[in-house]
Amino acid sequence: MREIDANTIISNIKEMCIEANLYLSNDIESAVKKAFDTEKNELGKKIMGQLIENLEIADKDQIPICQDTGMAIVFVKLGQDVHVTGMNLTDAINEGVRQGYVEGYLRKSVVKDPIIRENTKDNTPAIIHYDIVEGENIEITVAPKGFGSENMSRMYMLKPADGVEGIKKSVVEAVSMAGPNACPPFVVGVGIGGNFEKAAILAKTALTRDINTHHPDEHIATLEDELLNEINALGIGPAGLGGSNTALAVNIETFATHIAGMPCAINMCCHVNRHSRRTI
Amino acid sequence: MDKRITAPIDKETAASLKSGDYCYISGVIYTARDAAHKRMYETIQNNEKLPIDIEGNIIYYLGPSPARPGQVIGSAGPTTSSRMDKYTPTLLNLGLTGMIGKGKRSPEVIESIKANKSVYFAAIGGAGALLSKCIKKAEVVAYDDLGTEAIRRLEVEDLPVIVIIDSEGNNLYETAVEEYLNK
Repeated sequence: MREIDANTIISNIKEMCIEANLYLSNDIESAVKKAFDTEKNELGKKIMGQLIENLEIADKDQIPICQDTGMAIVFVKLGQDVHVTGMNLTDAINEGVRQGYVEGYLRKSVVKDPIIRENTKDNTPAIIHYDIVEGENIEITVAPKGFGSENMSRMYMLKPADGVEGIKKSVVEAVSMAGPNACPPFVVGVGIGGNFEKAAILAKTALTRDINTHHPDEHIATLEDELLNEINALGIGPAGLGGSNTALAVNIETFATHIAGMPCAINMCCHVNRHSRRTI
Repeated sequence: MDKRITAPIDKETAASLKSGDYCYISGVIYTARDAAHKRMYETIQNNEKLPIDIEGNIIYYLGPSPARPGQVIGSAGPTTSSRMDKYTPTLLNLGLTGMIGKGKRSPEVIESIKANKSVYFAAIGGAGALLSKCIKKAEVVAYDDLGTEAIRRLEVEDLPVIVIIDSEGNNLYETAVEEYLNK
């Protein structure tokens, strides 16, 4: 049994919240630059140029890439041979988020009650997804998620008879409806299978995967490519003002499902698809 | 067409701007987003006085991130405008001449923009660090308790925006994608 001090968790979470909001991962940054190079619409190209300049300023002046520094979504793969000492793990994660958002000059965008809507002033609580795995490490992914794109996400409870065509229609429809509201070019996270909540979590997980990778199953990898082509044929383009780059990538995750169903969740994300991952 | 305008703007200026114009705004504008809109709306319903003068002004749908020491403001890009749709016709009827945000507007808002000869601009979503450089001064003038959602008076210089919906109801989100696809 390996012991890990809660303070180690706190300091890592704090640093990850800050770095995720200031720097994009290499895969996303490269895709943004490629979109600038390939964009066919003149205004779209100008906008992609501004998004690249924005990344440079964020880095140089330590200003968040986007003012919506998100709710902190934290994926934890907890090795079953780890014992966290000094504090409950959930409390340690929330303390790290609190320190990161307060000390990192990040926006506090969380309200305590969805109806009363009083700001918690420290961006807690985080939304935490735990997964118990083998081993004595903890892998943590901090993925701050803005709500411009989150609000345009959709869930379809498809029937088995809808088939792969039903999935394609749903994803393309969700992207069309998101249009300029969700800040294209997008990264589109899709979760297929499981049940109502599992599909949504799969879609969110899909957003944290390197966009230069494909799903290991060939038929799903093919679907990722086909969907990306169909989405980019919509012509929505950068900022929704027309162009060839509507999405940078489509990432799909799947899970077993029931004989009666084929849930399909689409989690929209803008190009500011943030995630920072560390193994402790 | 590139244009330079100085805010606040009157209805005549608003009406002179056309869907697709690329504008650089200098002068004074105000920020307000969800919570500030709700509060202003309720204030109007109760026949009370608003904390800022709406007439002739431009509202930027913005909730900035905090400024680091030595900076005027943190990241400062637009939020999605449609969440303000419920409250917008009321503000336009009070003389609001311009709005800066991103994303589609409701048919009711578009009708109200036409009726009131105002204008809807988009700033580039996800470019908050870049846009912050155009803000030379920022000061909370109302609803301080709302944190990032407080109303701020901003002095801006060459803030880049695009006219989406003009005073005739032309909508760039519809025409630009169509034009690109027909090329």
